[in-house]
Formats: sequence, structure tokens, C-alpha cells
Amino acid sequence: MIESFRIPLGDWVEVGLDWITTSFDDFFKFIRTVLIGAYDGIDWVLNAPPFWVAILVFAAIAWWASGWKLGLSTVVGFTVIVGVDQWDNAMESLALVVIATVVAVAISVPLGIWAASSPRVSSIVRPIMDFMQTMPAMVYLVPALVMFRVGIVPGIVATIVFSMAPGVRFTELGIRGVDKEVVEAGHAFGSTPGRILRQIQLPLARPTIMAGVNQVIMLSLSMVVIAGMVGAGGLGRDVVASLTRLDAGLGFEAGIAVVILAIFLDRVTASFGKSRTLAGTKAA
Amino acid sequence: MAERRVDGYYVSEATLNASKQELEAQDGTGEQNALSVRNVYKVFGKRPAEVIKRLKAGKKREDLSALGTAAVIDASFDVKKGEIFVVMGLSGSGKSTLIRTLNGLWAPTQGSVVVGGTDISKISDKELRKVRQEKISMVFQHFALLPHRTVLENAAYALEIQGVSKADRTQRAEKVLSLVGLEGWGAKFPSELSGGMQQRVGLARALCAETDILLMDEAFSALDPLIRREMQEQLVVLQAELGKTIVFITHDLNEAMFLGDRIAVMRDGEIVQIGTPDEILTNPANDYVAAFVQDVDRTRVLTAGGVMEPPLAVVTISGGPRNALRTMRDLQVSAAFVVDRRRKYQGIVRDRDVMAQVEKRATDLAAVVRNGIEPVSPDTALNDLFGRAVESPIPLPVVDEDGRLVGALPRVTLLAALGNVPSTTGEFPVVEVAVAPIPEQVVTAALAQSEGETK
Repeated sequence: MIESFRIPLGDWVEVGLDWITTSFDDFFKFIRTVLIGAYDGIDWVLNAPPFWVAILVFAAIAWWASGWKLGLSTVVGFTVIVGVDQWDNAMESLALVVIATVVAVAISVPLGIWAASSPRVSSIVRPIMDFMQTMPAMVYLVPALVMFRVGIVPGIVATIVFSMAPGVRFTELGIRGVDKEVVEAGHAFGSTPGRILRQIQLPLARPTIMAGVNQVIMLSLSMVVIAGMVGAGGLGRDVVASLTRLDAGLGFEAGIAVVILAIFLDRVTASFGKSRTLAGTKAA
Repeated sequence: MAERRVDGYYVSEATLNASKQELEAQDGTGEQNALSVRNVYKVFGKRPAEVIKRLKAGKKREDLSALGTAAVIDASFDVKKGEIFVVMGLSGSGKSTLIRTLNGLWAPTQGSVVVGGTDISKISDKELRKVRQEKISMVFQHFALLPHRTVLENAAYALEIQGVSKADRTQRAEKVLSLVGLEGWGAKFPSELSGGMQQRVGLARALCAETDILLMDEAFSALDPLIRREMQEQLVVLQAELGKTIVFITHDLNEAMFLGDRIAVMRDGEIVQIGTPDEILTNPANDYVAAFVQDVDRTRVLTAGGVMEPPLAVVTISGGPRNALRTMRDLQVSAAFVVDRRRKYQGIVRDRDVMAQVEKRATDLAAVVRNGIEPVSPDTALNDLFGRAVESPIPLPVVDEDGRLVGALPRVTLLAALGNVPSTTGEFPVVEVAVAPIPEQVVTAALAQSEGETK
């Protein structure tokens, strides 16, 4: 009985995947070209200047976003990355995180807004997001590999898919959480829905949405290592290499670089969310 | 409103005619009502149409909760131009839902809402936005200001949506801010202001829109009692100044009584009574309203004009001392109000003084008129009259804005009004004094004597 009962889910997925890759080949080629172009561009910007210039720029951003303490920590942290010879890898990973985050946010925020405006959309989007976030991340790599071939692109795509969910969720939550009366006030004075979104809902939901963006970045960064398995390069490549070679030293060096990058990105984006909402009280 | 106050009370013909003319003038323009609500139902839930059908068949809303929640049931009323119409009810009575149907924030499930001649339940979203921009604005319970914008930008919000240029709207918003007492606060953010001041911004925002109608949803309920009182008084002043039509929602009966020209009392989605504060207080439609008004501070609601008695002991200057004395004898009183030929209040006379005049054969009553008692206006709240009633030896004269005597307020009437019992003083002479009147025979004798001599 139990032997005869077998849902051929795996077969279906493979058939479906084959069909998709062959029918939309041009589409995937196009995506591939765009992503590679974007990635190379960002990577060049990050790697072109001497490392100390880049460090100073990062420190300046941290200082502006949060304060001198974070600025100083940034200098120290990034100097450590240079010291363990992971600078080039770190910049490659950062480029991957940046491109994945930009795309993920560009998709997830509008999706979240849409879900917030309609209970039906919300009830469809929510399980999909659950699926995307809880599916073991490595599972995405295989279809991504099939569609986009080895290299940086399947890494980016898998990262986008994996990291999108909190962007959608936090945006929906943030917009739903905006004081109902304030939105009503917008309507009561004859504002259009688009204007209410721009002038009331998005500004008031900004802290929550920024928390979502922060989560997107963190998830992207955690995906960087896994993306190394499909040849995405960067810090992930060294982590994977250390695994195959049982090189604990190399693994730790690459790992610490990931941690430093993560702390930097987290603190900077977190303070972006705060600084805007505190604008009012600061002006006092 | 004037015409309602008049009902059942003595008012000179001229006053009646004047208010009639006023009414006719309003009718002449053809648009006496700023807002007109007809048979409005608002039902939330799965099957609103079915709920309405069963409600009309006589079912109670509690029995239909499985099908949907009827928040507003068959509401019909008109709001006249320039009046403050208060909708009062406890939480869950549907008052907040009702006010939101007035500007289309909720579309009524059934029925029509006419704002300044436009039935807003039948127009497109775009037209509805236009109505909201031009005809009807709103003040919210929790202020609903945009926290990321300055006070000035908040006040100018409605103008911004109307597409007014920045320079123009800034100027207009500044003017309105000073009108509500927030001059110089424009650059602050709402979070830096106290609750009362934030609501002033909310009020300024609504006033800035320059709409004729103002909806106020529990606008003062979130404020401290002292601030609330201050805001209520300011609202009344502003309303008198700007002539806005205001629909005010509250759960506070004292507030309703203080602000309302007319009040609609809501219970479980239905309007159970509409009337002036006086009517609701003295003549509640049912036990619910009666129980509700029990706790009202009647002294703040009832006015001199509402409870006053017709002045019986009235003598005219031109009638002379003999007529005056005769009147006082017939009514058995020791003092009387004195009016001139146009019924303008002149003061009072005492029987002793008048008798002395009669005995002296004097013909000038004016010589003995005393005017130590300051007359009161019909709009004065009873609360402000107790002190004066105690000090005054005779009933307080009530005088209209033209100085005409329209009523009298004996102390017993003040007491009766507090207990909501009919004052029986009407059967007795209104001017009663601690000093007993001169015995009738003495007066008659004096009159007879002077009569004989003058003949």
C-alpha cells in the first residue's frame, strides 16, 4: 500500500522546470545579462578605488547615518577585513548583497503595499512568502542553476527569492499599522489614494518598512555563503573552499569578514529607519 | 432655533414676528439645510441587504448579528445652515459610523445623504473628493495630524490638496492658526504640542479648508476636562464668528447640551430623539433618554428664557400711580415691574411708595421707580443666576435684547427647574416679596379717598 502511494512531485517539478527553461530561454538570458551587468558595475565601483579610500567612504556613511562611534568601528572592522586578506572577496559579496537587496526591495515593497490594500491579495501573498522563506535556501540554487547556469547570477537570483519575504511582510504590516484616523483624515480632505500613500502611509510606515529592508539585507548576506556553492564568488567561495579543504583558518577569516560586513550593514540601515522618524523631535 | 425657544413661553408679538420673518427669509433662499440625511442604514457584515430587510420587518439588531452588524439604523435628520447639531450616544451606538456616512468615508448601505444639494451616495469617487474638498471637512478624536509635518503644513494640508499655491496656503494657514490661538507655533511639530494644542491644529486644518460644514468626531473627548471646556467655549465663539454648520459627535451629554442647538440621541444604531437641549432635558422621549439626562448639570443647560414665568405684576409708567396701586392690590403683591409704552423694562415699584404717591395726589410714577435690580438676558444659564436670585428681594426680570420685559424668574422657578418638576407659581402672583403687601382694605380705602378728593 505505502509503496504504491507516491506523489511524483519531484517529477512534476523537473518537467515544469524543463518547460520553463526552454520556453523562456530568451527571458532568462536577458535577466542574466542585466544582472551580470549590474553586478560588474557595482563591483567595479567598490573595487576600483584603493581600499583605504573605500574604507573612509564607508566610515563617512556610518558617521552620517549614526554617529562617530559607528564611523570609528567601521574603520577598525574594515581594516580587519583587509588584514585577513578578504577585502576583494568582501567587496564582491557586498556587490552581490547590494544588487540582490535593490531588486528584492523593488519587488517586495510594492507587493507589500498591494497586499496591504486588499485582503484578498494579502491572503494569496502570505503563504507564498511563507513558502519562499522557509524552503531550505539551498533548494533554490538548483533551479536557479538550471535557468541561469553557473556563476554569479544564480547566486543573486536565489538570494533575491530567499530574502524578499520580510520586505513584503514588513511593508504590509507597516502600512496596515498606520493610524487609521490619519488615513481617514487624508480621505476626509479629499486626497486621492495615491497621494495618501505617498504623503501619509509610506512616511508613517517608514520605520517598519526600513526594518523590513534591514531584514532583507541580513538575509541576503546570510545567503552569500550559500551562493558560493554555485560559483558566485566572494566570501562564500572561500567559506566553501575551507569546507572542502577542511581549512579552519581560511573559513574563520572569511566568516569574520561576513560578520563585520553584516554588523556594518545592519547598524547603518537601522539608523536610517530611525533618523527619519526622529526628525520631528530632533527639530525641537 | 429662536422659534423653538419661544414655544410655550410668553414672548411679545414683535419678537414672534421677527423670528417668523427670519424663517421665511431662510425658506426664500430654498436651501435652509446644509445636510439632509434620509433613511440611512449602514450594515457591516456578510449580508447587509438581508439585515436591512429584516430590520424593516421589525427584527431587533441583536437577533441579526449572525448576518451582519447594523451600525446605523434608519437615520433621518436635517442639519440647518449655521447650527451646531450634536449627535450623542454611548460607544457602540453608531454615532461614529453615522458621521462617517456624512462625508462618504463610509458609503451608506441604504438611504441618501445630501450635502449642500449633492447626494453623495450617488456620485463617483472623483466627485466625492471634490465635495470633501469644497463642502465638508472633519476634525478627529485623536487629532489625526501628520506627525512628519510641521503645524503650519498640517494646517495647510487641505489647501495643499485643493491645489492652492504654497505662498497662498502658508498665508491662509497662518491666519487660521492665529484664529485658533496658535500664532507662532507654525514651525513646531505636532509631537511638541499638548493635546489641546494639537486639536487646535486639527481644528485649524478643518477651518482652513473653508468648507461650510464641519464634522467633529468626538473632537474634545481626548482632552483634559479644563482644556475641553475651554475648547468648547472657543468653538462656540468661532461658530458665531464664522457661521459654520457643525455636526458634533460626543458621548458626553454635558458637552452636547452646552454646544448643541439641537441634539440627536442615538442608541443601538437608532436615533431615539432629536430636539433642543431644553426639550431633551425637560421632555425626554423615552426612559433611556430620561436616564441619560439624569446626570446632566441642568443649571448649565437650562436658560433664563427657557424656565422663566410670564410677568404678571407689570405696570406701565404712563398708567400712573393709581393704576399701578390697583394692579398690585388685585394681584396681592407688594411690588411690580415697570415698563414703558413699548414694554421696555424701567425698574420696579413698591406698593408703599406708590401708595404714598397716591396719598400725595402725585401723578408721576417714574419718581418712585427703583432700578436696583439688574435685568437678565434670556440666554443666561441658570448657573449664573443663583447668586443674583438670592440677593434680589423680588423675582429677576428677564429682558430681551431690545430691553423689553419678556419674563420673570422667581426663586421657586429656579428650584423647580432643577428638579424638573413643573413650577406652579404661574397661578400665583409672580412678584412675591418677603415684606407682606399692604392689606387690601387699606389700599382700597386710600384709593377711594384720593378718588373722592380728585372728583
